[in-house]
Amino acid sequence: MRAWFKTGTPWIWLNAGAIALCLVMVIGVLGLILVQGGSHFWPGNLQTVQAKQPDGSEKMLLAELVRTEEVSAAVLKDSGVKLDDGQLVYPRHLLKVGNRDLYGRDFAWFLDRDLANWQQPQNATVIERREWGHFFGFPQKLLQQDKVVAEGDALWAELELRIDRANDIHDAISAIEKTDIGRINKGLEKLRLEKRKLELAGATAEQLSAYEQQAAQDRAELDAQYAQLQQQLDALNADAKRDSLVMTSAEGTEMTISLSNIVHAHQPNAMNTLQKVGHYGFALWSFLVDDPREANTEGGIFPAIFGTVTMVILMSIIVTPFGVLAAIYLREYAKQGTVLKIIRISVYNLAGVPSIVYGVFGLGFFVYILGGNIDQLFYAESLPSPTFGTPGLFWASLTLALLTLPVVIVSTEEGLSRIPSTIRMGSLALGATKSETLWKVVVPLATPAMMTGLILAIARAAGEVAPLMLVGVVKLAPTLPVDGNFPFVHLDQKIMHLGFHVYDVGFQSPNVEASRPLLYATALVLVVLIVVLNMAAIQLRNRLREKYRSESD
Amino acid sequence: MPPAPAGATATRIKFERVNETMSQQQLQNSTSDLILADEKVKLTVNNLNLYYADARALNGINMTIPEKRVTAFIGPSGCGKSTLLRCFNRMNDLVDICRIEGEILMDGQNIYAPSVDVSELRRSVGMVFQKPNPFPKTIYENVAYGLRLQGVKDKRVLDEVVETSLKGAALWNEVKDRLHDNAFGLSGGQQQRLVIARAIAIEPEVLLLDEPASALDPISTLKIEELIYELKDRYTIVIVTHNMQQAARVSDYTAFMYMGDLIEFDATNKMFTNPSEQQTEDYITGRFG
Repeated sequence: MRAWFKTGTPWIWLNAGAIALCLVMVIGVLGLILVQGGSHFWPGNLQTVQAKQPDGSEKMLLAELVRTEEVSAAVLKDSGVKLDDGQLVYPRHLLKVGNRDLYGRDFAWFLDRDLANWQQPQNATVIERREWGHFFGFPQKLLQQDKVVAEGDALWAELELRIDRANDIHDAISAIEKTDIGRINKGLEKLRLEKRKLELAGATAEQLSAYEQQAAQDRAELDAQYAQLQQQLDALNADAKRDSLVMTSAEGTEMTISLSNIVHAHQPNAMNTLQKVGHYGFALWSFLVDDPREANTEGGIFPAIFGTVTMVILMSIIVTPFGVLAAIYLREYAKQGTVLKIIRISVYNLAGVPSIVYGVFGLGFFVYILGGNIDQLFYAESLPSPTFGTPGLFWASLTLALLTLPVVIVSTEEGLSRIPSTIRMGSLALGATKSETLWKVVVPLATPAMMTGLILAIARAAGEVAPLMLVGVVKLAPTLPVDGNFPFVHLDQKIMHLGFHVYDVGFQSPNVEASRPLLYATALVLVVLIVVLNMAAIQLRNRLREKYRSESD
Repeated sequence: MPPAPAGATATRIKFERVNETMSQQQLQNSTSDLILADEKVKLTVNNLNLYYADARALNGINMTIPEKRVTAFIGPSGCGKSTLLRCFNRMNDLVDICRIEGEILMDGQNIYAPSVDVSELRRSVGMVFQKPNPFPKTIYENVAYGLRLQGVKDKRVLDEVVETSLKGAALWNEVKDRLHDNAFGLSGGQQQRLVIARAIAIEPEVLLLDEPASALDPISTLKIEELIYELKDRYTIVIVTHNMQQAARVSDYTAFMYMGDLIEFDATNKMFTNPSEQQTEDYITGRFG
């Protein structure tokens, strides 16, 4: 035994064991979110089942079986369920019954013994609605202006056509509302602000009235445009309300659903595997490109993806030059001594400060002091409503840039210190000055190291949530921070963020069971996004490294 | 004191070989029997003292470097020959603790005068280091670097200078088809000739070579030596070397330094056959060093 210890074999086993444990944990994390998040988009079958209500009556349900678990008799007794057969554990099922407008809640637990007569009717239909969540039921007839246009077998094909039409109208309406009316509102707001600016500047009554005349014209023109758009909207809205679908729920209640309220409809029981795969892709795609609905419990997460990417890019643009310049000064110009040592230790320690502290600093200094003063100086006319004196994209990026600055400084410094002195000497011996040598030879050679710093910064920033809650990330941002209105990137706007979205969906959701799979799916997207951002940066670094390949590497 | 050589016999054979090479070179070179006093002076060192912090590294050096000749500095490690070489283009300025007394005149001008622009000086006194140090750029950009620093942008001028410099460094034929490849793709010997091409591209008057062949294989060393032989028509060359055969082969004049003192400085021919100082003879014959 002692000889075996002496060979060093146990040491190798210990090392390998540590690695194995790491791998298991990483694969576990990825596997969990992959399975939990990925399975959300798979169209599960609907089943009709006869459920015994607590009062003894029977009720038909059309539901999707979410999961099954065992629950102990003691727990059930505590919650007031009458048990008489003396079993220790009882299986129970979580059913998604949908139809929130009918039943009040769309998920329900049932004991297995209370459910009977499971069946999978072919025409069970899932209607994905813009409001009230999913509707599970059976389609009866399709109405156009209260007249029946399709029934029975012909209904489904006609329904799909008309849903597409309704979706097109919906897209047109939101385009007008978001783009055109947004532009007009901005124009009107601008006129108001200009007048206020004149007033603040102490303009005379004559100047004001002259401006008012000019503004009245512009305003009339905008109003005219608005009236025209409003007409279009009214027409579209009326058009959208043309069709409706009559459905019956499992217990026989009849519901009329306007097609303008329907996003998508499918009949999972009638689908073959290929169709299900197609639906899976469609649902996944919708999740990535749609706006969230119903307090983030349904719909997509596109604004969150967009906000995260915009913020990380903006952060990179801010942190890279700052960090690189600081590192160059520290390494190349500053006199090496005690003071520099203290500065360096301080910078390194900044990396260890809890991120929420940066959030507090960002809010207190960037938002209130800097932003408040910017508003006083440049946006006085829109006060008291703040422009930059409130959390927003720019402050979030700046706070994260500050948070990741030490990482960039440390790796750039390391890169600079690895450049062989012979290369510097060679440049100096050709008559280059110190700064020429630095910018033409040394810094290009150190770019891979700078990229390494940036990669670490991105990895940290993209996953950060705590400070962002204070400096600019919100649960739901109505518009994206980049659009077609000047100045195109709106730095003062609040954004959505995947990390915060995970928190919000996980902890602030009004509908826990509905948002649970979304939680995992969002986490999955966040992980994938960080991997993609990192891969892009690593690719860039490798290309640079190839370009500036030197013997010292 | 550096360790003594392994065996006296071996060194004696070495010495004989040096003499052999010398005589061969004398046959080739009809302009032998050089006399230092007759040469046109390029650099003059007047009473030069150099200190690293408080330690004196050079003690009152006085010498003249002749124009368009190859002058070699030899001596044991730590004798100050590289330090002296670096004084000629003020590379010692980069060492914070280094302090210099005395003066060095180039064409009668003190290069340590406060009015001298160091970058200007380094343009006229080029330097090649022990280890090849090409920049992480293409071969073309390496050679064009010095010109670009001076603001030359004309593509025709650059092309021409790159070609003549590479030809001057005997590298053109090997790299003309891959001028835009990374310089690190070249072999060590090629890199060193590229560095020489880079140095001569800006037309210096003096070329300082700090053990230019010590990191190279014998064939590359031979090429560098041939190159030095060709370059001396146009440049004043000062070379530091550990290899006494090399000094004998390539140089017209040789200076022997020891512990920061210039012991002897004379025509190479005389130094290797009939040195005036006992110390020089001891070193050359390998009794120490």
